[in-house]
Amino acid sequence: MAILEVNDLSLKFGGVKALDQVSYHVEKGEIFSLIGPNGAGKTSMLNCISGLYTPSSGSIKFKGKEILGMKPYNRTSLGISRAFQNIALFAHMSVLDNLKLGRHVRMKSGMFKGGMYWGGAEKEEVSHRRSVEQVIEFLEMQDIRHTPVGTLPYGLQKRVEVGRALALEPELILLDEPMAGMNSAEKEDMARFILDMHELNGITVFLIEHDMGVIMDLSDHIAVLDFGKRIGFGTPEEIQKNPEVIRAYLGEQEVTT
Amino acid sequence: MLILTALAFLFPLLTNDYIVGLATLCAIASIGAIGLNILTGFTGQISIGVGAFLGVGGYTSAIITSTLGLSFWFAIPIAGIVTAAVGALFGIPSLRLKGLYLAIATLAAQFIILFVITRWTSLTGGTSGMVLQRPSIGGFSFMSADSYYYICLAVLLFTIIYTLNLFRSRIGRAFLAVRDRDVAAQIMGINLFTYKVLSFAISSFFVGVAGALLAHYTMIVSPELYSITVSIQYLAMILVGGLGSILGSILGAIFIVLLPVILGYGVDFASIFLPDMHHMLAAFQEVAFGAIIIFFLIFEPGGLAHIWNNIKNYFKLWPFSY
Ligand SMILES: Nc1ncnc2c1ncn2[C@@H]1O[C@H](COP(=O)(O)OP(=O)(O)O)[C@@H](O)[C@H]1O
Ligand SMILES: [Mg+2]
Repeated sequence: MAILEVNDLSLKFGGVKALDQVSYHVEKGEIFSLIGPNGAGKTSMLNCISGLYTPSSGSIKFKGKEILGMKPYNRTSLGISRAFQNIALFAHMSVLDNLKLGRHVRMKSGMFKGGMYWGGAEKEEVSHRRSVEQVIEFLEMQDIRHTPVGTLPYGLQKRVEVGRALALEPELILLDEPMAGMNSAEKEDMARFILDMHELNGITVFLIEHDMGVIMDLSDHIAVLDFGKRIGFGTPEEIQKNPEVIRAYLGEQEVTT
Repeated sequence: MLILTALAFLFPLLTNDYIVGLATLCAIASIGAIGLNILTGFTGQISIGVGAFLGVGGYTSAIITSTLGLSFWFAIPIAGIVTAAVGALFGIPSLRLKGLYLAIATLAAQFIILFVITRWTSLTGGTSGMVLQRPSIGGFSFMSADSYYYICLAVLLFTIIYTLNLFRSRIGRAFLAVRDRDVAAQIMGINLFTYKVLSFAISSFFVGVAGALLAHYTMIVSPELYSITVSIQYLAMILVGGLGSILGSILGAIFIVLLPVILGYGVDFASIFLPDMHHMLAAFQEVAFGAIIIFFLIFEPGGLAHIWNNIKNYFKLWPFSY
């Protein structure tokens, strides 16, 4: 069953078509990758799914339900979370507080409970701290849980970014180049985390990545964008044989396993 | 912290009414400054309407106690709630407006509210204002400086505890998220509009309570007490004290309340030697006020709270501080 169906999606910036009639779907429980050269429209696609951009036409269905009219914050409540390409963490806050913000919609305390604290809010903080600790353990961030994220090195910030998205306990996680700028050891760690969140927690992963080795290894299905157009959609084997994809990537990088 | 609290409770026993009066003003200003800091320091939404919001609190309490004859203890929270509602209303533009534009919108709030207060003569007494009483319980009146100080101190303590708690739970974290990164905040599931308006409401609640406490302290409300100058003074408190810091709000409030008093002593002292210069020295007082604020903006953007932390850290490491 498809968890996410994108149909004929178009997005314009002035005269520029950032996305042009793009269609594909993501199966529940798979690792899906969206690839394409820089400026192809990958991040714009995620912005449409998260609700930050409003497409000019088309449809996006999550679990069979149209979400295009929904506000970004309501889409989060459906179980869609996102890690940004350009780290968008709350730099002054600790790793813990960033992850707790990732669980914002799972928590309930309002301004009265929060202000009185010892009534219900404390209990809530403690129980959600437990869920957050699972993410911290999963991503091996025990040593930095109290560190303000702004002071962390880039690679760890990328990891916290993914952690904050995981903290929601999402059904669908959108990962925008989670390995960009990482060294190969860090990349390997991240690839392992992605496989584990998918296998252990059953999360559907929507991955944007440039490293073809990683993409071909991890993905169940791949869609390829070029200048806003979908030029390929299928299994890794199909994508590697797709002449249009090969042409688009020629001169940029080889499509290899 | 406990020592400071104990000191705040005990010191009226040792000093005279004048000092306790100043302390009362400091406590009231602290409540208002914490309120403003919730909005500006913690949520990142500027407001130049604090003066008028203090007025809404003061007039609400005046109307409830003097006109309707109801109890002070009922009037204070209602003054907070009414101001919260007014604050939320004027916070609505914050969804579309940011920074300087929002500042202008809240400035408009300042003028609209003062206009209403001045013109709605049947309710507010217009430019001549209204007279209020100090509260009482049964036969006991809180007329003395000490007793009213304790009321204000208790409200301040409540404000501090509430705010500390708010910022270690869900709503407060969301405020910080809205301040730091509004796009990411939305992706966390935070409705910017709701939280900005909520911050305006909570912030204005405390400003309104401060306004009411101040009105019962001075025992009078009139439009000129709530001018834009007051708004600027409150902004100065949180800038000098430290944006996004509760301790800073209090230090800033004390600083801004006491600065004119201390400068006043300075002027009086200088006048002994230069009796003809008294007028010029009085003007100098305002210049000094402005200069000190500019000094803080440039040299200590972290405010008094930052200086305080540095001092504390210094003494923590003291014998080995190299
Ligand atoms: N907010 C925006 N305003 C104008 N143009 C934009 C905006 N966001 C993206 N674009 C344009 O859309 C195209 C796709 O960008 P993007 O989605 O970031 O590509 P990718 O993530 O694949 O590198 C680019 O040409 C980019 O300049
Ligand atoms: Mg991108």
